[in-house]
Amino acid sequence: MARMKFLLDSDRCIECNACVTACKNENEVPWGINRRRVVTLNDGKPGERSVSMACMHCTDAPCAAVCPVSCFYTTADAIVLHDKDLCIGCGYCFYACPFGAPQYPRIGNFGSRGKMDKCTYCAGGPQADNSEAEFIQYGANRIAEGKLPLCAEMCSTKALLAGDGEVIAQIYRERVQRRGYGAGAWGWRTAYRETVAI
Amino acid sequence: MKIRILALFAVLMMGAALPAFAQGTAREPSVADEMAIQSLLTGNPVHGRITIPDQRAANLIQPQGREWREFHNVTLAWVGGIAVVGMLAILTVFRMVRGRIPIEGGRSGRTIQRFNVFERGNHWMVASCFIILALSGLNLTFGRHVLLPLVGPVAFTEISHWGKMAHNFLAFPFTLGLVFMLLLWIKDNIPNGTDIRWLKAGGGLVGHGEPESGRFNAGQKGIFWITVLGGAAVAVSGYMLVFPFFFTDIQGMQLSHIVHSIIAVLMIAVMVAHIYIGTVGMDGAVEAMTTGQVDLNWAKQHHNLWVEEEMAKGRGAAPPASAKAAGAD
Repeated sequence: MARMKFLLDSDRCIECNACVTACKNENEVPWGINRRRVVTLNDGKPGERSVSMACMHCTDAPCAAVCPVSCFYTTADAIVLHDKDLCIGCGYCFYACPFGAPQYPRIGNFGSRGKMDKCTYCAGGPQADNSEAEFIQYGANRIAEGKLPLCAEMCSTKALLAGDGEVIAQIYRERVQRRGYGAGAWGWRTAYRETVAI
Repeated sequence: MKIRILALFAVLMMGAALPAFAQGTAREPSVADEMAIQSLLTGNPVHGRITIPDQRAANLIQPQGREWREFHNVTLAWVGGIAVVGMLAILTVFRMVRGRIPIEGGRSGRTIQRFNVFERGNHWMVASCFIILALSGLNLTFGRHVLLPLVGPVAFTEISHWGKMAHNFLAFPFTLGLVFMLLLWIKDNIPNGTDIRWLKAGGGLVGHGEPESGRFNAGQKGIFWITVLGGAAVAVSGYMLVFPFFFTDIQGMQLSHIVHSIIAVLMIAVMVAHIYIGTVGMDGAVEAMTTGQVDLNWAKQHHNLWVEEEMAKGRGAAPPASAKAAGAD
């Protein structure tokens, strides 16, 4: 089986936010929830850099480790998913997640956050693949259709890569070798405890 | 530390590896990369600008999440487990060695008022809130390992959901009760010389002979201050958690949880001992909080100075206006 990962080449990201829009549209994500976002570092200064970030589907995921009700599971492709029917909206996954990926429908005073929502790697959830129930709760299941996440598919500069970790690391490696520079695979050390050796 | 060393290693590796393939076109890493690497090396979040309203999303990476995970899954589980199970073990040993502490000389049949109805009502409001808060709190840390395998995921989610709601709302009567407790009992809980003698004598829990004590002995004063001060810390940190991100940022939320949960598990261990000695551990103790009337022999045994004080009050009290001299009829 593949080990699915995201890889963001920040030397290519132009902060067009197409990935954010694609994600919102494909999964019909409600207002206030951002499964994917683009953060600009050093904005307006020399060496500005933008990074598109979502759930990285970590190895030994912190969210799953701290979840009091154990609602997370990992697919055979190493995609980290969760069961909204079991989530109690405690907010612990947000405290543990290094990437700020978990989102909640409401601010959550008195524990009223609602069910956590996050990037599913366009792989839906525990409901039957591509059923209406799955779409309403989790959005699209492109993985079941043999497709990759739409954010990466839509990326105009191919800064955002999705797919098997070995394959996208090789693509990135070749790029860096050809152009002679690279800032490294964003968040890989944190998420996968490895980095792309050039 | 390990993460920082790894990051440093990776930075050095990147710096060393890249020029080899650069073939003269190598560029210095951008300022933003350096800032991000600096942040990660010092363990700080990598923070940028974001175009969506949720400004928390501007945190690109917050490495503290890992430390909090370590705390929640390892430190808290061990501290909580050792505190609560350890206290149960201590009480079991105490019970086997000492047995149920009897009233010396048996019951006198005469009683004295120890707590009035307001004090008892308030105590039980705090106590019932505390028990539900404690169980629903412990459930968040241990339920997944203890209760989930027993009841299954659907029932466990239902229990945890209602536990969470109860936890969030019972915080308010609990805090109110703590304020009343402070006002009602602080005057009898100021530490004094009697407490030192009581502690030196082992409080009558070990060895023989009950040391002198006022309305509350040093042990009870300890319970009082643990309840009031620990309760205050748990309440403040709890309100930070129940209004997420209103007062603080993500690191503040993590810190609030750490303070809240550690103090809470220690308080639970203390309260287990309090419940034991107040009910099955000591003959004649539970009446103080049920009817409010304790046996005079119990009171003399455990709170002799208080009994003298109360008796003196009675002797010194002015007789009611309607009272007649004995034998006047």
